[in-house]
Amino acid sequence: MSVDVRTAAPGPRPGPKREPRPAPSGAHTSGAPAHDTGWSIGDRVGLIAAWICGISLCVIAASIVVFMALKGIQFLHLDMLTKSPEASVDQSTSGGFLDPLIGTLMLTVIGISIAIPVGVGIAVWLTEYGRPSALARFVESGVEIVAGTPSIVLAIFGLLVFQQSFMGVFSFTAEGGAVFGRSFIVAGTMMALIALPLVIGSTREALNTIPRHVREASYALGKDKASTIRRVLLPSARSGIATGATLGMGRICGDTAIVVILLGASMQITPEGGFLGLFRGTGSTLTSYVYNNSPSGEGNAPDKAYAAAFVLLMIVIVLNFIVGLIGKRNKPQWN
Amino acid sequence: MEAASLSDVDLQEQTLEVDRTDRRVELLLGALASSVLLLIAGMIVFVFLKALPSFTHNGIGWFLSGGSIDEQLTDIFNSPAEPADYVYHLRAFPLLYATALITGVAVFISVIFSVLAGIFIVEFAPNRLRRVIEPVVKLLAAVPSVIYGLIGILVVVPFVAEHFISEGRKESVAYVVQLDGTSVMVGIFILTIMICPIMIAIIVDALRAVPNKWVEGAAALGVNRWRAMRTVSLRAIRPAIVAALVLATARALGEAIMLSMVAGSVGFSPNPMDGLTFFFEPARPLASTIVDNAEGLSVVPFGQTMYAFAAILLISSFFLSFTGWVARRSFSKYTLGAR
Repeated sequence: MSVDVRTAAPGPRPGPKREPRPAPSGAHTSGAPAHDTGWSIGDRVGLIAAWICGISLCVIAASIVVFMALKGIQFLHLDMLTKSPEASVDQSTSGGFLDPLIGTLMLTVIGISIAIPVGVGIAVWLTEYGRPSALARFVESGVEIVAGTPSIVLAIFGLLVFQQSFMGVFSFTAEGGAVFGRSFIVAGTMMALIALPLVIGSTREALNTIPRHVREASYALGKDKASTIRRVLLPSARSGIATGATLGMGRICGDTAIVVILLGASMQITPEGGFLGLFRGTGSTLTSYVYNNSPSGEGNAPDKAYAAAFVLLMIVIVLNFIVGLIGKRNKPQWN
Repeated sequence: MEAASLSDVDLQEQTLEVDRTDRRVELLLGALASSVLLLIAGMIVFVFLKALPSFTHNGIGWFLSGGSIDEQLTDIFNSPAEPADYVYHLRAFPLLYATALITGVAVFISVIFSVLAGIFIVEFAPNRLRRVIEPVVKLLAAVPSVIYGLIGILVVVPFVAEHFISEGRKESVAYVVQLDGTSVMVGIFILTIMICPIMIAIIVDALRAVPNKWVEGAAALGVNRWRAMRTVSLRAIRPAIVAALVLATARALGEAIMLSMVAGSVGFSPNPMDGLTFFFEPARPLASTIVDNAEGLSVVPFGQTMYAFAAILLISSFFLSFTGWVARRSFSKYTLGAR
């Protein structure tokens, strides 16, 4: 058996090699021939199990990607992206998914534009101030708890809050005075909570990699902490913030529970009157469109569902690609 | 100190001014950070207050089994408009059981699978394969659950219905439940596929971070690569495995849409006494129940019952975060820190 030792790790790691031979680009190839006495039965079983798991992971991953690509190419037509959905039993006349697409984009923008300032603020406080330290520890675990809270719980908590009468400005108020509690701004606010832990996490990570002497250099120039943060630390943490934001956008795009409960489940975007009516109105997103058009929803138009799922997957892939791109771009070097 | 010269006074005033802005920023950001705690407190108070009637009417019976949960939910939904006549009778065991069963089994399978797959990716995979599989795993971790649900209900469910559910099997449980392919097994299967990439991504990152020296030390002692992996690297990344476990369990616990699509959406307790048929019986976890009944939230007693389900989920996720925290604290020595 001849397998490669990982190359991504810094520096070569010698395996139990018998016949070292020069390998291309620093890769170490180690021979573990059959007469190697170090391999007990248990080791062999473990090794085989690892191979089986690895290979089946590849197979499953490949089949999901290929399957979705095939279905997407089969069912996606360009006019689906430009037509609004219509209520129809027949799949050929039920329109496209322009409104859900716009809904997804709107919700993502609302959610992330709330999550970034709040998340960066919290991350800065945690890394740069963090006093009293007991409070900082509590906030840290609080962020972890928010990250672990199921989105369905966040959704119905949001409904509870935004149905209070003083929250009426954010959504539609019925004639009896009952607040509907469902709108883009409501759903977007709750979505921000999903993205928040990701933004906080990667911003903190970025801030932590900035060495102390950079801060001290800024203080030595007479800058106070606040302007050091604003002028030195945040610009350096930009790529970390962007990574967190992009990951957060991916999560917002993909969440269904909050949309089903907090976006009012109207097929087309239905703005309310008055100032910022669009944001107070209801709508749908690609996720809820897929859910409603799957056999478990009322629409039951699997072709449309596949097409919308493909578009959604494309959005997620693009976001993922952006994360990779940000990670690759040269970060500030501190020395 | 001598009497301060003019410039010194200026400097002092300037420093004071600077201190004041600094203090303001600190307070502002601190308040922002504390709002997270306020949010959590608000969540607990609001959800539990709303859920209280459902718990108080049923007492400990809430957690037990008895009667059909779907009929009870219908009765609650149709309760009279008079607040005095609200129906609250509920025996929620089938939902709790379904949640625990599906989450538990899926997470158990995923941990084993993910650790092995992580080892494979880091240590044994051919270079070319690794370069492809890593981004794909990251992508799969980000795929929305509704897409998994769609594939589940359009591909896996019909497959199971066709190949595994015979007429005889259908008849054997026809007196309690209908088998149509949407089942616990499909739910567990899709959930496993869904949470594995999340765990693998974390485990791979952690394995990468194990210092080379440690593994080299093992290799120097004549230990083979598998043994070195198992005894050194895996032990070192225990906190990361716990972190992955907590994250994946949280996702599984809160998974509503996908499970409501593929796991049957019937308030039924799959009975292990049914043998193999057990795996093909439908179930519905707590989170799916809330999503399925989103329209009924405005009916007061029904909404309160839904908030009771949410309260259970909230408690479970708190408990989970706490367990993860305790577990990670307990191996502090010779391990790598996990976020």
